[in-house]
Amino acid sequence: MNIILVLEQALNGLQLGVMLFLMAAGLTLVFGIMNLVNLAHGSLYMVGAYLATYFYQLTGSYLLGVLLGLAGTLVVGIAVELVALRTLYERGHLDQVLATFGLILFFNELMAIVWGRAAIYTTLPAYLSGHVEFFAGLRYPLYRLVIIAVGLAVAGLLWFVVTRTRLGMLIRAGASNRAMVAALGVNIRLLYTLVFGFGAALAGLAGLMSGPIHVVQPGMGELILIDVLVVIVIGGIGSIRGALAGALIVGMVDTLGRAFLKPMLATVVSPVAADTAGPALASMLIYLLMAAVLAVRPAGLFPARG
Amino acid sequence: MNRRTAILLAGFLLLAAVPSIAALLGQPFYVDLLRRVMIFAIAALSLNLILGYGGMVSFGHAAYLGVGAYAVGVLAHYGVHDGYLQWALAIAASALVALVIGAVSIRTSGIYFIMITLAFTQMLYYLGISIEEFGGDDGMRLEVKSQFPGLIDLDNGNAFYYLVLAILVLVALLGHRLVNSRFGMVIRAARSNEARTRAIGFSPYPYRLAAFVIAGAVCGLAGALLVNHTAYLTPEFMNWTRSGELMFMVILGGMATTAGPVLGALALLLVEDVLSGWTQHWQIILGPLLVLSVLFFRRGLAGLLFGKDE
Repeated sequence: MNIILVLEQALNGLQLGVMLFLMAAGLTLVFGIMNLVNLAHGSLYMVGAYLATYFYQLTGSYLLGVLLGLAGTLVVGIAVELVALRTLYERGHLDQVLATFGLILFFNELMAIVWGRAAIYTTLPAYLSGHVEFFAGLRYPLYRLVIIAVGLAVAGLLWFVVTRTRLGMLIRAGASNRAMVAALGVNIRLLYTLVFGFGAALAGLAGLMSGPIHVVQPGMGELILIDVLVVIVIGGIGSIRGALAGALIVGMVDTLGRAFLKPMLATVVSPVAADTAGPALASMLIYLLMAAVLAVRPAGLFPARG
Repeated sequence: MNRRTAILLAGFLLLAAVPSIAALLGQPFYVDLLRRVMIFAIAALSLNLILGYGGMVSFGHAAYLGVGAYAVGVLAHYGVHDGYLQWALAIAASALVALVIGAVSIRTSGIYFIMITLAFTQMLYYLGISIEEFGGDDGMRLEVKSQFPGLIDLDNGNAFYYLVLAILVLVALLGHRLVNSRFGMVIRAARSNEARTRAIGFSPYPYRLAAFVIAGAVCGLAGALLVNHTAYLTPEFMNWTRSGELMFMVILGGMATTAGPVLGALALLLVEDVLSGWTQHWQIILGPLLVLSVLFFRRGLAGLLFGKDE
């Protein structure tokens, strides 16, 4: 285990954390403001990945594919909000979980019908596929650095919008007392639709950026969704700050656990035992972390409001 | 005899007649299908105890299905085929897992509870995937079904069917007794008003935890039945979509009713069976159907069948 490997894995962890944050931010905003549990958030991630891949292959331009994919996810998100989710705001969490579970089945099958069940592999354009050499021995893929940069930029933008703009003020006001905001003459339904669409676009962004790293296939959204749920539970549901902290913690713990738990165990127990226990423990690590956090702080690290 | 008892009795007789009817029609497939329905009905009944009566929205009930199935599968893997031992381990192991998960989860409530139960089940799912000895991703075959020498032979489809039916009736009756006992009253009281429950001197936590463990143990038994039914075992038993399906069975049938989960399991699995015979893209129909049922079908099948009184 050398320092370069550790650095490389730390960057991988950061990249995963940023990706989780993009998903978690939308999910936690929607929960904090509309009090809606949206399991179909992972489906929007999948829709973003499919649309961007489709438009990239259609136009031949990666950038155009990304932009059209984002716009498409925004439209799909708003349509889902208008058709199905709007009626769920006043319902209990149980109904919301079940209805959005139904939406997941619908979207997975829709993608399978339109683009087939087989996994789609995408390639990167030449200007994104190189490596960056920090110093001798540490070469890191440029694309992953771009993801980290985009994610951190989005985090900054979110912070700016929520704390420094009129829209952000309305969002915060809507989160703490929606009846009052509506009474002051704000179109709260429009605000909800906007927030949902924005969250959908963020999920789409995460999905389309993950396309070239992982594969694009039906059901890809659920794999990350459950990790994202862990993130927002650790961070405190409804808190963007919590989502960022949770995402970075989970990203790091998961990546470093998968990389180093086995060799570390091998120094304590026999290599054979480490071979079996290492991967099993690594895949359970973030859930154990979540249980530990909740045992100490049942409302997460940064509870939204008391 | 009131209307409700009459319907329940008719339903029981109909289930009991399925093997004869299937033999008459020359369609043994129906015995298989209904046995599967009843196994899931047992699991849904156990979930109903905590979800319907206790108000604990567990999104991870498939975990116990998996633990029960693995208990049988693992013992069989090491050459232990004694059914009593296998099923006892299935019940004990899932009760133990439920105790651990419940002890942490019940401290929280609302949306946190939903997500924690989901996450714990996901953890067990990944554990199942990563243990190569028990087949990992692919799972393993159950070469020999649970052996109950002198009592019953599970390889006989009809005998197995009647055993499942007997267990289903037993679980339903015991569940009915349980929720109407003093214990059940406390569970239901804590669901409708926790503050008042505390005020009259009950701490909900131990009661909820006990209900959670009972539900887990019963679902573990359903898991032991399921692995004998499919003769195959994979981590997919614990997939989170399975937990979602179990919740749908309870909601579709009618929460906090005795017959509801059975009706829900019947309805969901039959609809799935019909749709999947129709088109391979059946989920695109099932998904919106489920959304609509949540939005507009609030009373559940039991409410439809029995009127308001239950």
